[in-house]
Amino acid sequence: MKKAICYINQFFAGIGGEDKADHAPEIREGVVGGSMAINAALQGIEVTHTVICGDNFMGSHREDAIQQICGMLEGKEFDLFFAGPAFRAGRYGVACGEISKVVQERFDVPAFSSMNDENPGAEMFRKDMVIFEGGKSAAAMRTDAQKMAAYASRVIAGEAVGSAEEEGYFGRGKRHMIYDESLKPAADRAVEMLIAKLGAQPFTTELPIPKTDFVPIAKPIKDLSKATIAIINTGGIVPVDNPDRIQSASATRWGRYDISKMDRLKGGEFKTIHAGFDPMMADGNPNVILPLDVLREMEKEGKIGKIHEYFYSTVGTGTTQKEAARMAQEMIPPIQEANVDGVLLVST
Amino acid sequence: MPVVQLANLVPVAKTTGTNRIVPGFAIPYPLGNPEMTEEQQHQMRRHRIEVCLDALTTPIEEQTVFKVKI
Repeated sequence: MKKAICYINQFFAGIGGEDKADHAPEIREGVVGGSMAINAALQGIEVTHTVICGDNFMGSHREDAIQQICGMLEGKEFDLFFAGPAFRAGRYGVACGEISKVVQERFDVPAFSSMNDENPGAEMFRKDMVIFEGGKSAAAMRTDAQKMAAYASRVIAGEAVGSAEEEGYFGRGKRHMIYDESLKPAADRAVEMLIAKLGAQPFTTELPIPKTDFVPIAKPIKDLSKATIAIINTGGIVPVDNPDRIQSASATRWGRYDISKMDRLKGGEFKTIHAGFDPMMADGNPNVILPLDVLREMEKEGKIGKIHEYFYSTVGTGTTQKEAARMAQEMIPPIQEANVDGVLLVST
Repeated sequence: MPVVQLANLVPVAKTTGTNRIVPGFAIPYPLGNPEMTEEQQHQMRRHRIEVCLDALTTPIEEQTVFKVKI
């Protein structure tokens, strides 16, 4: 029987939600919460331990978290490592990738995970490990766990496996040498593809070029003391009654709020509606996300010319890149009309 | 128009194409710290925002993460 160790977050361990997201790493024997589904689907492999770590702990103290977890794994016998499934939970997905990458390198065992294609962790770590394309939410737990467990069982048993596309994981950009008599020679395939392309017929490339997001670099502000600065945040800071009814997660709406007569944001007048973290600090003092207090000081001192009279707000958790891009397109015209020279974007 | 992103998850900011990045302190309070006094937090906030504003005035050739001291 081969041995596997799983990594899950505080939520899937049943410890708690956002209020427990600072949970420090710990290791328990056997299966816990989310690792049960993986264990059930494994063939000839058993889960001996489950590592649990809060998403914010991993996000805010990455080096420390990785060091602690590696210390826990030191001396343990295991043949493979699972992290997740992380679905569309961004911080969880990134945490799964961070820890898997280190475990693979340091303990020389393969790591497997599962994430939704909108999870930023998928794009960040797909080249480093096998990440199966998973569902949006925990409703897909069984299917997602099954996919990666079944594949890992076959890999460990030394069975033949197919390409990333055939198996359902995100391509790592690796090319494997195979000899397949049923395939036509490469030159024939290339010419057939070219003919199809010229004839506007569909064809599938054998070497997709990965897309990377590239934003042209903007020129710097020449004179800050004459510049107007706008503040945008994805931390969900809104007036306490949330007049634009911005969603607490997977946001599709945004708002802008007049701050021209304020020296700072006061708790009780503004709060955060972001469902992705413990709101206590930001509700008490919204300036920890939207730093109007210090910017207003700098405006009075003449370091900056002016603060744009509105701040802009939405919620970043679970929000798709497509929706985020659309909201940004909608925010740009009023910011440009106000002759803003530079933007401070605070993301939580 | 230059944009500076104060981000806790710096690797995510890099993947999504932000060019000027300044690290935040923690996810629930990028510009606060419950273990500090109000005055210390204010200093830390002011310092990080000064780094952000400097980032907006600095010419860069590639994605840059600006360093903070507190």
